Amino acid sequence: MDLNLQELNATEFPVPVELENNIAITSLSQLYNWGRRNSMWPMLFGLACCAIEMIATASSRFDFSRFGFEVMRATPRQADLMIVSGTVTKKMVVPIVRLYNQMPEPKYVLAMGACASGGGPFKEGYNVVSGMDKYLPVDVYVPGCPPTPQALLFGMIALQRKIDGQSIANGDDVPWYGEGPAEPTPVPVLGPDIIDPRQMDMIRRQAEVAASEMELLGQRELPALTQLVAAKVETAQAATAEAGPLDEDALSVVLPTGGTPWAEAEDIREKRRLRALARKALRASRRASQAEGE
Amino acid sequence: MENLAAAEQSVAKLSIEDSIEYLKSNHSQAIKLDDRDGYQGVIVDSDQLLDIARVIRDQLGFDYLSSATAVDYLGEGDHMEMVYHAYRSSGGGALVFKAQTDRDAAEIPSLVSVWRGADFQEREAWDLYGIRFPGHPNLARILMWEGFEGHPMRKDWREAYYEEERKPFDSRWPGGHVHRAEEKNVFGKNVSYPPDIDLNRLMDNSEEAVYSSLGLGVDVERIMDKDGFETNELVVNMGPHHPSTHGVFRMVLTVDGETVTSLEPVMGYLHRNHEKIGERNTYLHNIPFTDRLDYISSMGNNHGYVLAVEQLMSLGRKYNPPTYRCEALRVMMVELSRIVNHLWAIGFWLNDIGAFFTPVLYFIQERERILDFFEAVAGSRMMCNYMRFGGLFGDLPERIKSVSNLTNDRVRDYNTMQFLTEMINERIPRTIDELEILLTQNEILIERSMGVGILSAEDAINFSAAGPLLRGSGVAYDIRRADPYSIYPELDFDVAVEAEGDMYARYRVRVTELRESVRILKQILPRLEATAGESIWADGKPGAYAPRVPHGESYGRVENGKGELGYYIVSAGGRGGSSNPWRYHVRAPSFINLTPLGHMSKGYKVADIVGILGSIDIVLGETDR
Repeated sequence: MDLNLQELNATEFPVPVELENNIAITSLSQLYNWGRRNSMWPMLFGLACCAIEMIATASSRFDFSRFGFEVMRATPRQADLMIVSGTVTKKMVVPIVRLYNQMPEPKYVLAMGACASGGGPFKEGYNVVSGMDKYLPVDVYVPGCPPTPQALLFGMIALQRKIDGQSIANGDDVPWYGEGPAEPTPVPVLGPDIIDPRQMDMIRRQAEVAASEMELLGQRELPALTQLVAAKVETAQAATAEAGPLDEDALSVVLPTGGTPWAEAEDIREKRRLRALARKALRASRRASQAEGE
Repeated sequence: MENLAAAEQSVAKLSIEDSIEYLKSNHSQAIKLDDRDGYQGVIVDSDQLLDIARVIRDQLGFDYLSSATAVDYLGEGDHMEMVYHAYRSSGGGALVFKAQTDRDAAEIPSLVSVWRGADFQEREAWDLYGIRFPGHPNLARILMWEGFEGHPMRKDWREAYYEEERKPFDSRWPGGHVHRAEEKNVFGKNVSYPPDIDLNRLMDNSEEAVYSSLGLGVDVERIMDKDGFETNELVVNMGPHHPSTHGVFRMVLTVDGETVTSLEPVMGYLHRNHEKIGERNTYLHNIPFTDRLDYISSMGNNHGYVLAVEQLMSLGRKYNPPTYRCEALRVMMVELSRIVNHLWAIGFWLNDIGAFFTPVLYFIQERERILDFFEAVAGSRMMCNYMRFGGLFGDLPERIKSVSNLTNDRVRDYNTMQFLTEMINERIPRTIDELEILLTQNEILIERSMGVGILSAEDAINFSAAGPLLRGSGVAYDIRRADPYSIYPELDFDVAVEAEGDMYARYRVRVTELRESVRILKQILPRLEATAGESIWADGKPGAYAPRVPHGESYGRVENGKGELGYYIVSAGGRGGSSNPWRYHVRAPSFINLTPLGHMSKGYKVADIVGILGSIDIVLGETDR
């Protein structure tokens, strides 16, 4: 967004002719966003391969200073934008959340590359967090492995567009324009596996269920909590064979309580697929009719 | 007496076969030949491992322990095995020796007292395989955190997103019912907790745990008396978020005033389970993963891996070695990425010692040029995924053309060979000349780097240092010459070596290697012209998509920009060959080169530490894997 005086001054408020080139009338939000979007300072913070491409984007050939991402600051306290440039591991997500909490508001997160967006090629890894958005709110996702500098620039410009649409007047728009201080993101804990403090209750519930089930099934060794769900059917079958009739109610508690249940997700996916197919057919028919018209 | 000394001398020059024979005849009770199909070396009785290791080092002269890694043979003999590859620092092949132990109470004596280079590698084996090493000075987890449940590389340990033992997964192929792994996990995340988890005892004690596990034992309250001057020892934490640690690396320093008294590297912040994923993948799947190890020089990573798998494939019947043109192209790509790597390493090292970003910007300019070439040839700037078993992804294109990657808004369109000729004969030498004029005799650079971070030749060998770190300490060990592969024997180049062992010597080694790489490239160009039109595949068509690799083990190693990159691959399971590696281990130079960091940093100032780290040249993708 550029400050075009003529365009800005085309409002209901009349500007005297002699002052037309000197005065601009705009909303506070717009002015504020204009300043913010053109002076986004990213944090000097590299995680993995993508960091190399981020450096390439910052250096002379691509040079993101041209777009107002002027300097990279090594301290979170001077940064507006966190570019999560690479694979987020469980060991690293703890410092990352801390860094995010130390950034002054307004703050933005850009997930650079496949790993930061959703785990990427390393998703199945036992030490890999499958996407930064599992812990932090992400504003822009840039696909690629790694994204080319052009793609990163495109993502950064997309972030600027997003900022243009935000409003100080609307407190719900972004947390920092609301009343009172925004809550810090809870820092994950490294236990037997990484623990998101927001899921503490859920883990406790699952542990109770597991304990009762252990009694119920008379099993000595139980698979780890999460595998219970994936292997629910097998477990149930095996248990029926071993321990006689099964209490269905007790088992059903093990079903997912967070996220979309498996069957429902399947339905949604099926619907999406059908819709995509319909759209495709529509496009094809349009193209055909266009060709006829020509 | 003289006879005895002479006898020892001759023993130290025995060939690998004779060395094994020597071990067998002199220590028959502790040694047995590894007679499994496709295996090499000897199996040492683990009770006598230490003694045998000393014999191997002192009498047989294998003074350089390249790699030490564990293999879990669950279902294939049900034992754990440590595999050691020892070399002579004067050159030659590997003496492979192994020690076996029970899976349940795995325990193998530590070899740190023989080769200090085994330190981190044994810690890794403890962390990922749960093998205990009595005699190890600090057997703590290294890649995962203290308190993590289980030893994840064991064959019966399953990750939270576990689907099947090996790829391709049934959910993807055939049929293609791809699902999001999150939906199958009750927490919607990549986590899995033991059923008896006790949340009440959990606090965020990761910080404390890290410091206490380091065994620093620093008491900040304690006031020391230093020559009548009262002072405190202080612990300084650097990283994992620090602009000069070259990634998410962490160092915990103990300082006395400005002087570093001890340094403990902490890593694992980018441990992305390369090896576990690698064992699920097919052999071909792993090539793009190797790109992401040392992400500055992906071509070199490809090369080491394909060499290792080709070694195994050559045991079978259906194998064609790569053609001459293919070898020439491989060497060219590897040398170009070595140039990229060294320019990057020197540039960021200069960053660390105060020449902030100006030199590196000029180097990145040159890097972009080479990356353009990679993009035109392999399709990607950084992650080239270029080499295949017995061949390559593709030959050079006729022209280098791109509309998406504009230089000054001009569409690039060059003849490939012309582009290469210009780059190799003019642009890169010009950049190196410029670099030398501005830096080599620069007074500030000399002041900052001469005599800092010294590593002696004996220490460098004992710590298993590799690459410029080893050669900067006066050991002329370059795998391209010491244990040659590909077409390097017929190429004319010198091994760069400097005797001083300080930061400046390492810088000089890198600059010399840049020049030597250009020298090699100049010899490659006529070879490419001579073989123009020849196929890159031996029988004219690409190799098998999913090759079945004969059973056995192999260790493929190459001289990468950062040092010796080795791949230890075991093919086991299945009938008549496997489609997935049983064990896939990366001997990462960045990881092992960090072993002497604490030793090298002792006694220098805090401000030198980032410089010393920069002069080792690490990349975290490879350090943590």
